[in-house]
Amino acid sequence: MGFYAVFWREMVTLKRTFFKFFASRLVSPLLYLIAFGWGLGRGIKMDGGNYLEYIVPGIIALSAMSTSFNAVGTSLNISRLYNKTLEEYLIAPVTAQAFVLGKVLSGVVRGLIASLIILGLAFIFRAHFNLNGWLFLVIILTCFLFSALGVIAAMTINSHEDMGNFNTFIILPMSFLCGTFFSPNQLPDAVALFIEILPLTHASLCLREIARNGDILPVSLGVLVAYTLVLYAGAVLVMQRVRD
Amino acid sequence: MVIQINKLTKKYGDLTAVDNLDLHIRKKEVFALLGPNGAGKTTTIRMLTMLTIPTGGKALINAQDVTSNKVKKEIGVVPQHMNLDLELTAWENLELHGRLHNMPRDKLKARINELLTFVEINPRAFELASNFSGGMKRRLMIARALMHYPSILFLDEPTAGLDPQTRRKIWDLIRRLNAAGLTVLMTTHYIEEAQILCHRVGIMDKGRLIALGTPQELMEKVGEVVVEFFGGTDTGYKFFARRQQALEYVSHLKGDFLVREVNLEDVFVEITGRKVGD
Ligand SMILES: Nc1ncnc2c1ncn2[C@@H]1O[C@H](COP(=O)(O)OP(=O)(O)OP(=O)(O)O)[C@@H](O)[C@H]1O
Ligand SMILES: [Mg+2]
Repeated sequence: MGFYAVFWREMVTLKRTFFKFFASRLVSPLLYLIAFGWGLGRGIKMDGGNYLEYIVPGIIALSAMSTSFNAVGTSLNISRLYNKTLEEYLIAPVTAQAFVLGKVLSGVVRGLIASLIILGLAFIFRAHFNLNGWLFLVIILTCFLFSALGVIAAMTINSHEDMGNFNTFIILPMSFLCGTFFSPNQLPDAVALFIEILPLTHASLCLREIARNGDILPVSLGVLVAYTLVLYAGAVLVMQRVRD
Repeated sequence: MVIQINKLTKKYGDLTAVDNLDLHIRKKEVFALLGPNGAGKTTTIRMLTMLTIPTGGKALINAQDVTSNKVKKEIGVVPQHMNLDLELTAWENLELHGRLHNMPRDKLKARINELLTFVEINPRAFELASNFSGGMKRRLMIARALMHYPSILFLDEPTAGLDPQTRRKIWDLIRRLNAAGLTVLMTTHYIEEAQILCHRVGIMDKGRLIALGTPQELMEKVGEVVVEFFGGTDTGYKFFARRQQALEYVSHLKGDFLVREVNLEDVFVEITGRKVGD
């Protein structure tokens, strides 16, 4: 039950700052939708549909990623290095597994809210897409795996500045290149091959297929599940070794 | 023995922060670790509370290795630095601690009320901890450490940076807790605090324990009376077993001097060879 205490703390603070969180998660997808979907992309056809409908799943994927990663990673990194509030968990009889689960679930909640915001915006922008259980499953997996990545980053990166660098050099490039705004096939082969390995690519592909046809891409789903398991195990492992 | 420390060692690269420490703490004892900055006091407490992994040696609490999860239920920890969750209220800080220790929900509320009253922050229970003064934060940290009814309390410099009134309040808290049966292991740089509060003290320097005993025993070791003389830029100290000898000595002294009873601070200065805080 230890995980619930960890999760409870996150929900208390989320409730307290909900409007700020909500507003901050609204801004960048809104700008993407306006700039790329409505402005630049008007009249562009992608795979036979309009561009706005093409990018909505991509924006959901990238927003789920960056929201969960940062919600977990940034606060945990600060808690380990600066506030030292992590000690409170380390002296408590809470297993690494429970701690990671609590944190990751809180990242999932935040990522899910960010994704729902985009679905709401897309609705306002009159984009058509299918909503079904697969869609939410893929969103949750995406949030889960990037929250776990957030734990790993927070526990292994030893300065707040390098945490920022991780965002700049890894999270940000992924958010543009992983099939979010355009197909990776348009990139040079070697690059495309590399992009194909990344989890966000499969999240975008999956979400787009569901949005369009309501179908799941089994391979991409498998890749997401595999990433989820590996990163979660990795997060538990680094948490077990966090003491110096 | 509630706490048994055997050859406990912590190395950071070439630096030995704690060096083969042997120390036994008795049940219901208030014990203070003294020592200059960097002596290894915090590192010792961090090893006992499993925040840091020892490089060598062993520590037992209630005959259980400190790495065991059972020990975590027995100990309360107030670290040297402020580590309250400032995004939570006073109440929520305590509630989180209780939940992390898996306390039943019905007991949680009563315990929080009891402790907030004990440390006198009840009226501001629902304010964010970030609004609190240093003294209130420290009291809240003590309350938090006590949430799960530990039998041993670790206090790392519990009164550092507090005003005299607040320090006395914290001393009273410690006395009351000890009277109620808690074992207390604390560190401090205020030596009179150790003298007033503690049954026994240990003095650490460079990772080693260099003196151990009751304040009285340690003071008797260096002498009963000290002469402080102010020559040029430094203050000199000379210790005497009896007042008579001291008076004889000062009769030959030129310049200012002071004859007074030895206190624990003198012991400290004498055996660590430098002033606290150097
Ligand atoms: N994480 C760490 N990495 C490297 N060195 C460390 C680390 N923690 C402590 N040290 C070193 O170990 C030694 C003992 O430090 P410690 O904090 O235990 O001293 P202390 O007695 O608590 O001092 P103070 O009175 O200043 O609190 C110091 O030299 C310190 O620099
Ligand atoms: Mg210290």
